[in-house]
Amino acid sequence: MNRAIRLIRRRAISSIPVLLIVVVLTFLLLESASGDAVDAYLLSIGGGDATVAQSLRQAYGLDQSMFARLWLYVSSLARFDFGWSVAFGRPVLDLVLERLPNTLLLMGSATALSFGFGSALGIVAGSKPESVRDRALSTGSLILYAIPSFWLGLVLSIVFAVQLRWLPTSGIETIASGKTGLARAMDIARHLVLPVAALALIYMALFLRVMRWGMAEVWTLDFVLFARSKGLSRFRVVLRHVARNALLSLVTMLGLQSAAMLGGSVVIESIFAIPGFGRLAQEAVGGRDAPLLMGIIVVSAVLVICVNLIIDLVYAALDPRVGASERGT
Amino acid sequence: MTIANPSRRTLLQAGGLLLASTALPTFTLAQAAPAGGRLVVAADSEPKNLNPAIVASNGVFFIASKVVEPLAEASFDGKDGLAPRLATSWEGSADGKSVTFKLREGVKWHDGKPFTSADVAYSALAIWKPLQNLGRLVFANLETVETPDATTAVFKFSKPTPLQLIRNALPVVSSVVPKHLYEGTDIATNPANVKLVGTGPFKLTEYKPGEYYRLTRNADYWGKGEPKLDEIIFRVLPDRAGAGAALEAEEIQLAAFSAVPLTDLARISKVPGIKVISKGYEALTYQLVVEINHRRKELADVKVRQAIAHAIDRKFVVDTIFLGYAAASTGPVPKNAPEFYDASVPTYAFDTAKANALLDEAGYKKGANGTRFSLKLRPAPYFNETKQFGDYLRQALAAVGIDAQLVNADAAAHQKAVYTDHDFDLAIGPPVFRGDPAISTTILVQSGIPAGVPFSNQGGYENKELDGIIAKASETIDTAARTELYKQFQKIVATDLPLINVAEWGFITVARDTVQNVSNNPRWAVSNWSDTALKS
Repeated sequence: MNRAIRLIRRRAISSIPVLLIVVVLTFLLLESASGDAVDAYLLSIGGGDATVAQSLRQAYGLDQSMFARLWLYVSSLARFDFGWSVAFGRPVLDLVLERLPNTLLLMGSATALSFGFGSALGIVAGSKPESVRDRALSTGSLILYAIPSFWLGLVLSIVFAVQLRWLPTSGIETIASGKTGLARAMDIARHLVLPVAALALIYMALFLRVMRWGMAEVWTLDFVLFARSKGLSRFRVVLRHVARNALLSLVTMLGLQSAAMLGGSVVIESIFAIPGFGRLAQEAVGGRDAPLLMGIIVVSAVLVICVNLIIDLVYAALDPRVGASERGT
Repeated sequence: MTIANPSRRTLLQAGGLLLASTALPTFTLAQAAPAGGRLVVAADSEPKNLNPAIVASNGVFFIASKVVEPLAEASFDGKDGLAPRLATSWEGSADGKSVTFKLREGVKWHDGKPFTSADVAYSALAIWKPLQNLGRLVFANLETVETPDATTAVFKFSKPTPLQLIRNALPVVSSVVPKHLYEGTDIATNPANVKLVGTGPFKLTEYKPGEYYRLTRNADYWGKGEPKLDEIIFRVLPDRAGAGAALEAEEIQLAAFSAVPLTDLARISKVPGIKVISKGYEALTYQLVVEINHRRKELADVKVRQAIAHAIDRKFVVDTIFLGYAAASTGPVPKNAPEFYDASVPTYAFDTAKANALLDEAGYKKGANGTRFSLKLRPAPYFNETKQFGDYLRQALAAVGIDAQLVNADAAAHQKAVYTDHDFDLAIGPPVFRGDPAISTTILVQSGIPAGVPFSNQGGYENKELDGIIAKASETIDTAARTELYKQFQKIVATDLPLINVAEWGFITVARDTVQNVSNNPRWAVSNWSDTALKS
């Protein structure tokens, strides 16, 4: 238990400079892009004269120097004040909290499914490397992994929503349906099937490959040879010895993928019109909405840090060697 | 659903309409359209300020025009091309310094308060003139609005202001908002800018960010028997492929503003139960324009500009980029504005040989590598078609020995590069013709506009004669004389080519066959839809 607490404390402290770097870099990156929030806004309303542009820049605080704005932002962030979105005219925190659950639901379901099926299929493939089923699964996963998610999303939508009409084409729930409770949950689940499938299928391929590759490596180790020569059943060797050891690299992968999936959700949320985090980020960049984009990046960074912390804790539980050396420091 | 209880009178009316229908266009049958139902429409953006009195833009009008009404709406067959809304008549004085509006009686705001001339006076003086993106120009010389009684508003101008301009601008600049909710507040941040309160056929009853707007029937609407629909839902579908799929799956019934991309139209028009309509955007004509930076020495030479005009195959642009859903342009005023349009201007037929000859004449001979000079070309990213035309123009210019370097940027970056930093030689822009050249067309060629004003002359072009005509037209009261000035304006622009007009287009509406009375006015997508109905 002490190991876990030490780990959390160390991570919490080291994440502060990480967040600070993320904030400053995002700010500079957005600052270096040509055009500001006023350019983007004037375009969306079809133009306006010079006075309008000037008064808007004043209202948005864009007439101040870059450093003044950066300092203002960082200092208010330190007080947990995320500021005001210029593109939406609403507090950033409200927007973020409104959209975050949808993305977490999408990502959570996709991650759970891809991890579950990916590792299971990986065990099937890795239980006998170079066998026919291994080759079939490995090739299949390679093809799946090469498919761009937007394409898969569109194809799934055309087949299952437009042609077969089994599922809705887009949205997070039936609009203005007035559904509540279980009916609403079922409705949301129905809407999530296609976007989750589009995200999960591709990541499933990745988990499958990592699992299979890890197992193939473990097979060559001496202790497996020992287990087999001891006369253990193949089934037992596969699950208890080979798969279990290969699982470690899969857990690492899970942590890395949580960040990648946040990026992948940008595309999927646009295609399936899900009001989530990814789409909000896209709109923030298009509108040159610095406070909103930074709010999104900071929350995403915190999410990724948290997920990785959990992964580390799980890893430590799975592998007793991890963190053991820190004792006494 | 309201249950129809037809009286003898309505039956007679219906009979009369049936008789009349043989002589009238089909949409007049509207009166007999069924009542009730929910219309679900694709929306691609969620404006942060939904108040059309402040932001006169199509994105805002698309949703807000059903809730907040203007004094008059554009019409195919009405007098002056207008149909009365909150005003029933308008008359200008002989000196051009006052316009009298008679207002509709018995109109109520959605919160139950009566609509009066005080609301019009307040909207005009406190919002249209000082705050609205287009009203600032149209009402620049508005001094006061007198309200002798509750249904009369007299607009007083400090300088003669053409009634023709006011009339043409009415549908766009005259959205009336309730004085009692705005007076004494900070107008820019008033909550009513998002939770709209208007007089229109629908009330804005729910907004779920990222998902939908719900508009509900206004039972107290002044229009007899209107609106037909119980509800309109604007469903936010940011992805272009999404709108087409949702239409096919019958999740939505209508997608306006070419939400279904042109390349999908041929296929989707074959889907049973779906219609593709190109009518209803006549008063919102977009123009495909090559903007020119006259600070470049080569481009300051009219021969070079003429050569570029000759190098463009307008037919190819219309047929291949717009798939036929556009028309070739001859000048800065589109054919959809017959009041002003003049066809007798110099035109530039597609002629590579002539373009080459003109460039030789101008002294820009082809170098050893076949190139005369290089240009920076920035296509606006706002439409697929502007980007595709960028690719085309690059090739068209290469054919006459001009090497165009394409610079693609996102919307905000393009905006700044062209209209503030002047970091372009050629740019491709999609300006809009808004019913009168004075609203957003003359600004494209007029000189003296400060940097940073989007969709204006930022190419450093200066023509004293043209500036003079523009200034004179802005204060010419006589409609015929003013129209004549704009014909001269078109001739000079087409001759001197401060910019090159390539094509003009309206958008496409795709709807299920069950939606009735679609596209029955020249601003249909941004009008109030009070007669739009659903056949069950």
